[in-house]
Amino acid sequence: MDKLIFGRYIPGTSWIHRLDPRAKLLATMFFIIIIFLANNWQTYLLLLLFTLLAVKLTDIKFSFFINGVKPMIWLILFTVVLQVLFTSGGETYFQWGPIMVTSQGLLNGVFIFCRFVLIIFMSTLLTLTTMPLSLTDAIEYLLRPLTKLKVPVYEIALMLSIALRFVPTLMDETEKIMNAQRARGVDFGEGNIFQQMKAIVPLLIPLFVSSFNRAEELATAMEARGYQGGEGRTKYRQLHWQTSDTIVMLTFAVLTGALIFLRN
Amino acid sequence: MDITFEKVGYTYQKGTPFESRALYDIDLMIKEGSYTALVGHTGSGKSTLLQHLNALSKPTEGTVKIGDRVITSQTDNKNLKNIRKKVGIVFQFPEAQLFEETIARDIAFGPKNFGASEEEGKEIAKRMLPLVGLDESFMERSPFDLSGGQMRRVAIAGVLAMDPEVLVLDEPTAGLDPQGRKEMMEMFFGLHQQQNMTIVLVTHQMDDVANYADHMIILEKGTVVKQGEPREIFQDAEWLESKQLGVPAAVAFAGRLEKRLNRSFAKLPLTTAELAEQIAAWLPNLPKQTAQEKGGEDR
Ligand SMILES: Nc1ncnc2c1ncn2[C@@H]1O[C@H](COP(=O)(O)OP(=O)(O)O)[C@@H](O)[C@H]1O
Ligand SMILES: [Mg+2]
Repeated sequence: MDKLIFGRYIPGTSWIHRLDPRAKLLATMFFIIIIFLANNWQTYLLLLLFTLLAVKLTDIKFSFFINGVKPMIWLILFTVVLQVLFTSGGETYFQWGPIMVTSQGLLNGVFIFCRFVLIIFMSTLLTLTTMPLSLTDAIEYLLRPLTKLKVPVYEIALMLSIALRFVPTLMDETEKIMNAQRARGVDFGEGNIFQQMKAIVPLLIPLFVSSFNRAEELATAMEARGYQGGEGRTKYRQLHWQTSDTIVMLTFAVLTGALIFLRN
Repeated sequence: MDITFEKVGYTYQKGTPFESRALYDIDLMIKEGSYTALVGHTGSGKSTLLQHLNALSKPTEGTVKIGDRVITSQTDNKNLKNIRKKVGIVFQFPEAQLFEETIARDIAFGPKNFGASEEEGKEIAKRMLPLVGLDESFMERSPFDLSGGQMRRVAIAGVLAMDPEVLVLDEPTAGLDPQGRKEMMEMFFGLHQQQNMTIVLVTHQMDDVANYADHMIILEKGTVVKQGEPREIFQDAEWLESKQLGVPAAVAFAGRLEKRLNRSFAKLPLTTAELAEQIAAWLPNLPKQTAQEKGGEDR
């Protein structure tokens, strides 16, 4: 695939890269929650500055974050337009039946837009600076209390890491099979919707076949190497919580305090 | 139809932090009716180069001329079907491309994409099966019930079915048994001889190069380091060894024999047949003349 996958990990050594994945995951989830505290321009401005600072700290080009927004832009604009057209309050500039444009509506539109963009920036930041496998480790760690409730946390984490591990493999495979079928005269992405759907079949079937084969081979290989489930397994990659991770958490606490103070 | 590369370069994922240059500065020509062998280490760019032969990839630098079509980085992705019909590519491990319910339908897939009717497709499939060493009883079987080697044959039949002018083969016999390998290679050579099909073969088997090819291109780290007639290139066995590419068994044997007997062959034998011929030519003389006496004359 010549296209850059949205949010793909970009190796680096920035301060953010070196944070513990648990800290980054928690912080991102926390950010998505506290963004709903924002309800005026002061709070949004604060979040915006905070996000830009975080982006700056990653040493990754800003265009990567913009690229994260691009695939979502139509969804965002759609939501914004709905907000603008159906919010009443403030000065009314235009009205036609239930549809109206008001100052409150415009303001809400801007806020919603900011909210989307900030959430996307933050989650892109998480995936751009964290190796997928580290992220799975973090998820596994954070879900660990659930083992008490008989949730198969290790298995879920294993499935996640296997899935992530095979994303690039599957993309390579997709490209290879696409090339092979194009060489046999298939035009992907041309013609009407039915022709396009028909063109997908010669791609999907080989992909399924090879995925199933690969799954079986992987299972055999794991058994041959003595895999017996996650219970009691030690880890090759250890997670280390450091001072900087605590600093991140404290920063978020301060940010939350500031938001509560500034909001209406 | 000739295929010409002029200053061709190709970079994967150009313009991203993941960009990696796979090819650069490639000048070469695949002449109509030739049998070209493309050799080089894993990762030297052979497969990437092949994708330029039918415009699956467009060069990021330079131009590729395929017949009268000129492909550059600016070329539109439309209207390339004609090229795809003329240049058939058998990719590495082509069995991965099988998908139809029956073998006959899978073989007919290419021809049908290029406008053949259902009937014609079936007819073509019937003709292709014996060519790849399978019989008609396979027509209605599922391609997924076959052994790996048989699947490979079906996949190759699927490309031959398009009746290309240029047949491109990316390590077509990797993983086949020796007998199947020989049959396959002979079949390709037959197409080359009888139908004057242009063939481009990627291989690690120098014996295949010696046996069949009339032109040889050596790739290293994304660029051509040597090209020419196999006979000339194999002459410099030391250079090939230094590139860890090896020489055909006959050349290696001839080299050893020359050293051992301290005499040289008049003409470097590339194939076992040539080798046997030349040794036989020596034999009647052997009892009469010692190696030392003859040595001077041959050089
Ligand atoms: N889809 C791809 N994306 C990025 N790099 C690739 C891709 N395919 C191949 N490469 C790289 O291009 C180089 C040449 O690969 P390839 O053409 O497959 O070599 P060969 O066929 O000689 O083994 C290698 O360094 C390989 O890692
Ligand atoms: Mg290859």
